[in-house]
Amino acid sequence: MTWLVIPLVAVFAVLAYLAGRGVAQRRAAALHGGQKAHSRPEQHGYYAMIWVAVPALVVTILAGVFSGPLAHNLLAADAPASVQALEPFRREAFFNDARLTGEGQRAFQVWSGELGEALTTEAARSARLHQTLTWGGVLAAILAAVMGGLFAWSQIRPTLRARNRVEGWIGGLLFACSAVAILTTVGIVFSLLWDSLRFFQAVPVTEFLFGTQWSPQIAIRADQVGSSGAFGAVPLFAGTFLIMIIAMIVAAPVGLFSAIYLSEYASALSRGIVKPVLEILAGVPTVVYGFFAALTVGPAFREFFNGLGAMLVGGPLDGMGQYLMLVQNQMALVAGAVMGIMLIPFVSSLSDDIINAVPQSLRDGSYAMGATKSETVKRVLLPAALPGIAGALLLAMSRAIGETMIVTMAAGLAANLTLNPLDTVTTVTVQIVTLLTGDQEFDSPKTLAAFGLGLTLFLVTLLLNIVAQRIVQTYREQYD
Amino acid sequence: MTETGADKMWARLAAEDPARAARLQRGLKKRYAREGRFKLYGILAVSVAIGFLLLLLGRIIEQGHTAFYANQMTVQVYMDPARIDRAYPQGTNFQQMVAQQQLARLGETDDAQGTKATAYRLLISSELKFRAADLIRNDPSLIGRTVEITAPVSDEADLYYKGEITRETAAEQRRVSDEQMAWLDGLKRDGHVSTTFNAQLFTNGDSTEPELAGVLGAVVGSALMLLVTALIAIPLGVGAAVYLEEFSRKGRITDLIEVNINNLAAVPSIVYGLLGVALFINWMHLPRSSPLVGGLVLALMALPTIIIATRSALKAVPPSIREAALAMGASRTQTVFHHVLPLAMPGVMTGTIISMAHALGETAPLLLIGMVSFVPGIPGAIDEPAGALPSLVYIWENASERAFHERTAAAILVLLAFMIVMNAAAILLRRRFERRW
Repeated sequence: MTWLVIPLVAVFAVLAYLAGRGVAQRRAAALHGGQKAHSRPEQHGYYAMIWVAVPALVVTILAGVFSGPLAHNLLAADAPASVQALEPFRREAFFNDARLTGEGQRAFQVWSGELGEALTTEAARSARLHQTLTWGGVLAAILAAVMGGLFAWSQIRPTLRARNRVEGWIGGLLFACSAVAILTTVGIVFSLLWDSLRFFQAVPVTEFLFGTQWSPQIAIRADQVGSSGAFGAVPLFAGTFLIMIIAMIVAAPVGLFSAIYLSEYASALSRGIVKPVLEILAGVPTVVYGFFAALTVGPAFREFFNGLGAMLVGGPLDGMGQYLMLVQNQMALVAGAVMGIMLIPFVSSLSDDIINAVPQSLRDGSYAMGATKSETVKRVLLPAALPGIAGALLLAMSRAIGETMIVTMAAGLAANLTLNPLDTVTTVTVQIVTLLTGDQEFDSPKTLAAFGLGLTLFLVTLLLNIVAQRIVQTYREQYD
Repeated sequence: MTETGADKMWARLAAEDPARAARLQRGLKKRYAREGRFKLYGILAVSVAIGFLLLLLGRIIEQGHTAFYANQMTVQVYMDPARIDRAYPQGTNFQQMVAQQQLARLGETDDAQGTKATAYRLLISSELKFRAADLIRNDPSLIGRTVEITAPVSDEADLYYKGEITRETAAEQRRVSDEQMAWLDGLKRDGHVSTTFNAQLFTNGDSTEPELAGVLGAVVGSALMLLVTALIAIPLGVGAAVYLEEFSRKGRITDLIEVNINNLAAVPSIVYGLLGVALFINWMHLPRSSPLVGGLVLALMALPTIIIATRSALKAVPPSIREAALAMGASRTQTVFHHVLPLAMPGVMTGTIISMAHALGETAPLLLIGMVSFVPGIPGAIDEPAGALPSLVYIWENASERAFHERTAAAILVLLAFMIVMNAAAILLRRRFERRW
């Protein structure tokens, strides 16, 4: 691990600080009377420290990022013919195992015959390669530190504007920190686009967006790729939409009404109780909601509907009763309802902010005309806050679409194209998880499909967020 | 009650035009009724939220509290020299041996296939085998003697003792037969069964056998992961926030970064998981399922929230502080690092801790980078395969053994306990150090 060099760099940096300070003090002491150094010795120390630490850290980060791909490419380039002949994903698996074996860990699979022999030699080569790269990285980092230190040493003199230089560096480093945000976005877009493009080479975009058949498991067989219509994502979009709508039906009124109650009616005491409760509800991890949906709400709902069905069988709604008796735990209603509960605090706190942002003068005007509180809320506050609330609801929708754990644990896997809340549906996020948690075939269309779905999800939520934020922003400016 | 202006007005109106006054009174009544209903809706909405939280916590405690104690059986084991290999004691099928001895004590005769012994064996945890083998390894002279060994009962037997399986449970929903129940009753009657605190839940890693499965491996994995996240996300996030709030000039690049951060905060967590798969695993070839990759992904995810929290903490520091420092001749950097940032620190810490607590509960990205694979034992380094608490909840929830259900709820309680501690720390910090300007 190249990262091991970081403590070493830290020690170097401290030494550089002490040395730089000492050197600056000595050189300043040699000045003739009347002359003064521009910066204090400590600032020279920081200057030396930065010149030691920053180049070394940059080298370390570069080595850490690029040694993996480099080792892999070198390994792949000189691999024996038997390995080269493997299918791409098998080859990836082979190299992964070679690396593991080289590190003294257990390989994932058993490689027999020629491949087994190749594994031993490749593992040795992989271990050698990784060792070379690691030590190369460490040496390069140390070299960078030493060179930076020498440069700083040569620069330190009483006239050096060390403080200004150090501050320039700090500004640059802080900018680099905020640039990471942009790099993350670029990383997300590129990684999604790259694999999605490869997926769309195997499956046409139109088929993916408008096809109504989703069965990626079958499509592992080469002869079915793209031709069987197994990658039509419409059922997933419909399922996601259905669950989102159910969630919003629960979350929008409850969240909105609690926000109204909290901002207009509640006493300080009940605010002090309800606010923390909502914060706790917002802080509960989604996997907990998923567990609750799967083991409590699901069985309870099924029992209820089965009981209802048993009552209706033989009655006027005979067919309906028989249908209800077959309802399962994994109905869309369960995931949607629990997701709605999860979204209550989200909707409530956003709406609370927005309602509070409505100027008090509007309320006072309404009360002065003799309106009751509820009339003020309905006729004055809500119309004034409407754009903001719409924005909040859009943000909640984007949350519901991207939510993963509740649907993974409580919704089904069957891609039914239906709008019946008592049926089992599946969602985009569930399918991403299913496609990527099985066996690791990193190049099959089945796995790549996850990235196609991810790209769609990213674009839709991005659009919702941008629109919502724009609305909320304009709304805020209106009253500021 | 004193007479108000409104009362006088009503009285005058009633005298002048009784019909109109009555109509107005009726209308007013209706309006007040509407007001009452509206307020009721608000109260109902709030009670739904509170009621649900209580239901959620209540159900989890109800399902999980039983996992914190476990039943152990104490049996006399005759270390049969005919069956134990001195050189390789762990190869012995101790459970079968004990089962046969127990049956012999009960005076039951077994058939040739050993059906009854097999049934009895299923009531004993494989932990007995490890304990017996350990005893012999330490003291080979025990072979041929009778030793008292205490070991957990198997998960199904444990469920029976806890009353989750009874004789009334439908046959296809339980794996304990009536005969086995009779044996278990017998053991209990004779005082061989003790109920103790389930320490293994906190000292063991994951296991395929529910009675031996514990959360320690996942706790350590989560801790390693959060360490990576904190080391990366906190310096980067605070740095970025300080730049945006204190150094940047309004311009296109700053605007771009701002819009970017707001959008990143709303990107679904599973998309970060996809980024982790593509970037850290497929391209950088970092080890799958490792806390290193998990920590990196969570760091990218936590970054926007830390930036936003830090910025609002910096905003709360009044400009007079900055102006005073600048007026005394401090440079911008000195102003920020000597005065503004220290004053904003409580707010920064609060925001950071809350975002770390959030990262602790995040599950979806971990599923994609392989942290749901079964990892027995306790991880020792950030590049070894490891589990995490929320992914352990997911794995156990999916397990088919019924005994994992209570353990899932127990794991959730452990997870919630960690989150409550972190959030309480954040609230305490805020209470203790918050300054109103």
